[in-house]
Amino acid sequence: MEVRLHGMWASPYVIRVIWALKLKGVEYEYIEEDLSDKSMAVLEYNPVHKKVPVLVHNGKPVVESAVILQYIEDTWPDKTPLLPEDPYERAMARFWIDFGQQKSLTYFAFFLTSEEDKHKTAAQVLETLKILEEEALGDKKFFGGNTINMVDLFFGWLAYSFGCMEHISGVQVLLPETLPRLHQWTLDFKQEHAIKENLPDSTALLEHFKRVTKRLKSSSNKFKPT
Amino acid sequence: MAASDVKVLGMWSCPYVNRAQLALSIKSTEYEFIEENTLQKSDKLLKYNPVHKKIPVLIHGDKSVCESCIIVEYIADAFATGPRILPSDAYDRALARFWTAYIDDKWYPLVKVLRQSDDEEERKSLVQKLSEGLILLEEAFIGCSKGMAYFGGDSIGYLDIILGSCLAWLRVTEKVVGVELMDPTKAPQLAKWAERLCSDDRVKAVFPSIDRLMELHELIQAFLKSSK
Repeated sequence: MEVRLHGMWASPYVIRVIWALKLKGVEYEYIEEDLSDKSMAVLEYNPVHKKVPVLVHNGKPVVESAVILQYIEDTWPDKTPLLPEDPYERAMARFWIDFGQQKSLTYFAFFLTSEEDKHKTAAQVLETLKILEEEALGDKKFFGGNTINMVDLFFGWLAYSFGCMEHISGVQVLLPETLPRLHQWTLDFKQEHAIKENLPDSTALLEHFKRVTKRLKSSSNKFKPT
Repeated sequence: MAASDVKVLGMWSCPYVNRAQLALSIKSTEYEFIEENTLQKSDKLLKYNPVHKKIPVLIHGDKSVCESCIIVEYIADAFATGPRILPSDAYDRALARFWTAYIDDKWYPLVKVLRQSDDEEERKSLVQKLSEGLILLEEAFIGCSKGMAYFGGDSIGYLDIILGSCLAWLRVTEKVVGVELMDPTKAPQLAKWAERLCSDDRVKAVFPSIDRLMELHELIQAFLKSSK
């Protein structure tokens, strides 16, 4: 197979690559990795970070989901463009993707929040989502306008796995009352064919996140809110 | 494009700002440089970068672009003059972006921590991590340059700008700590690349002098000590 993707079913970093490949109609072989026992392929193809996703195209590895998505866009530009053509609009799409990456510790802090910090961490997440709703989404149906683009794929985790975080922490953040437009976006996003057909099982995902939070909370306190 | 249409909000000493300046210089694009005082953010900065309130900001006409890597990619896309900044091959572009993320997320932040650290054990550990990182970057250079002068090939490109902008503060840190981080015996190609890059006229015009940065470092250290 010309294109192979090493991934893990519950990883939001992997799923956005799957969505991009599906949208582009790129055929690929998927290899599920056990992250507690990484294959030689992952260690060989990603010696610096030793993580998934790893996309291998014609024997050459590409790693880091943001880099992979950009690579997919550059390599298969004709079908379903994932970035605008205009340089400024492209820069704005990259800006919002970078914003999401910069806020990842805020999301992790909420994910791993203690009982006493849950409202504080939830408030910090809400603040970032309000900026996203107001400045990035605005009145558009999707971040990409009338069709989804790379920014939608990047924030896609809000539409399906954020609910697990809310369940585990016991605080709901992304509600129609607090974030009406972003909430609607989560519904519209999940209706898109390539997304709907490629979402992990929600029950299995919740069980997975429960296991992960238990393991991470018992091992360290590094995600305390600032 | 007239200089007044393109502005850079920044500080002379900030490597992220230097990236924007160098990219514009490679594209032979004139611009107005507006010096910001980050201890007291200007109205302009708050208007053009309301989300992060940081430099650099590139103002092009009535639009603003923030975050240094995004600015450099924007300059690469928007200005047709001058040589390519990003590689033409998609895989080479992916490599450039990968190493940029490594430099900005993992490697370069350690340089500042080292420079401001008083703890001997911490310093040792940071020097070790930075040196290991430089060996990775040496391999990256060999892979990306393909025998040519720069990461970008025969002309200064994206990764040259990204890593190149880190060199000045790296040199200051070497002086402050008294250790040679970019060791020509361990990373010979990278050491030669650094010398080659820093002798380019466009780079010399943009990157700050080590002496000036040392003075700034001493001022910052004094300020930090007095505010403790």
